[in-house]
Amino acid sequence: MERYVSLENVHKVFDGRQGRFLALRDINLGVCEGEFVSIIGHSGCGKSTLLNLISGLSEASGGVLLCNNREIAGPGPERAVVFQNHSLLPCMTCFDNVHLAVERVFGRKEAKPTQRRRTLAALELVGLTHAADKYPHEISGGMKQRVGIARALSMQPKVLLLDEPLGALDALTRAHLQDEILRIVAASGCTTIMVTHDVDEAVLLSDRIVMMTNGPAATIGQILNVDLPRPRERLKLADDPAYNRCRAEVLKFLYERQHKTAA
Amino acid sequence: MSVVPMQKAWRRVVTREQAGQEPPEGEVWARQPTAEPEMPRAPSRLATFLSTVLRVGVPPLLGLVLFGLAWALVAEHTGLPGPVKTWESALQVFAHPFYVNGPNDQGIGWNVLRSLSRVAIGFGLAALVGIPSGFLIGRFSFLSRMSSPIISLLRPVSPLAWLPIGLYVFKEAQPAAIWVIFISSIWPMIINTAVGVTRVPQDYLNVARVLRLSEWKVFTRILFPAVLPYMLTGVRLSIGVAWLVIVAAEMLTGGVGLGFWVWDEWNNLNVEHIIIAIFVVGIIGLLLEQALVLLAKRFEYQG
Repeated sequence: MERYVSLENVHKVFDGRQGRFLALRDINLGVCEGEFVSIIGHSGCGKSTLLNLISGLSEASGGVLLCNNREIAGPGPERAVVFQNHSLLPCMTCFDNVHLAVERVFGRKEAKPTQRRRTLAALELVGLTHAADKYPHEISGGMKQRVGIARALSMQPKVLLLDEPLGALDALTRAHLQDEILRIVAASGCTTIMVTHDVDEAVLLSDRIVMMTNGPAATIGQILNVDLPRPRERLKLADDPAYNRCRAEVLKFLYERQHKTAA
Repeated sequence: MSVVPMQKAWRRVVTREQAGQEPPEGEVWARQPTAEPEMPRAPSRLATFLSTVLRVGVPPLLGLVLFGLAWALVAEHTGLPGPVKTWESALQVFAHPFYVNGPNDQGIGWNVLRSLSRVAIGFGLAALVGIPSGFLIGRFSFLSRMSSPIISLLRPVSPLAWLPIGLYVFKEAQPAAIWVIFISSIWPMIINTAVGVTRVPQDYLNVARVLRLSEWKVFTRILFPAVLPYMLTGVRLSIGVAWLVIVAAEMLTGGVGLGFWVWDEWNNLNVEHIIIAIFVVGIIGLLLEQALVLLAKRFEYQG
């Protein structure tokens, strides 16, 4: 299949107080349409930096980034981002938060009722129809994150970028939302790139897992294909030898080859 | 807050569903909740009321009584008018608040209104200039660096030091007093607004960038709501300063106003009226402050 998102020899250098700092080097990665790719690595290895480059929120110092054969020059709604800390605007209801995105993307093309329907459909997809009129501070962390996902999906993005979307949640909520993401992504058919530090999450959700070496000057250490049939079910996978093999592979990479010295 | 309309919506849905209607296209009806949640029983209303009175009402009252006693004690030894004498005088003063006996002898009501109108004009102009400058200084670090030495230099200057400048430029007392209010109440608004803008979480701005929101939307949906609490703090401090300064400014400029009234009564050696003026200034300052605190609470959001 053809590469939909393509990164070639991407570098990222930060100019800090202690001089220049090479965060990422020689990143080469292609993501096909409809694929789910996870980026995993120890904290500080530049996973989020890499995602920010793809989203366009920060600019690469060198190399080529393409999305749908066009250069990525800044952020845009065709590459929707779900932020780690939900980032819902506090002065707007959940409905308005999602509607803001819908309005921006479809405001010129569609009538108001159609936009409303889109917003409600996005909220329904994440199971939050009942919370539409609530403010972000009135709902739980898991719900906020689901609104964030609804906001991203409502734009009908070509690429969905998830920046440790479940990192701030407790284990039970996280497992629940992983199942939701599995379902939602399957339903939308979105190309998805997710940053995570959770091995189970990566194996459960991904078609491929990109493993990053430790920084500074981090790069892609290994890419693992997860050949598990979809739809996947958490409970059945627990005893699946293929699942456990993938899991072991990632763990081995993270804890043997990229053992993090006490940070 | 938003729970009430939700419940209303549910009720409406139930009746519609009972009527066998289908939701029209483009509208999704919420499901009816299966059971009403049970609330623990609240303590009786009278008990709550009494405990609130004890907790909230008694200490301030006690404080005021002690203050009155101390005042009476001091008055006994210094010849200042005590609480009772002042109260009797106050009754007379407030019996005719709006009399006019020539330009230099008018009722307390006129004095208060004239002082308030000066503060309103001076403060209003300060807000008109200060809040937008605060936004600009907060948004562009170049402007911030450019203006910070000027602000640091001018802010600590005593408000009354500006009065001669005002008198020289405007050649008249009234605009000079307003000028003093303006220049002394502008700083808290500039500084607080600017700080508020720099504290807008980067995540919100990232959302704006991903959505490619227009500058206007960024301002109305993200910047303004996030800065509002900071701005209102600045406004509150500014009003406080303005009210603080007006009495002093009016003492020097004359005309009708609380400050002039205090000075006039000092010349008449009518000390009761001076004490009344102090209370009036205090109470009005308190009301202004409380009004703004209420306003600020209305716009408070938790992340």
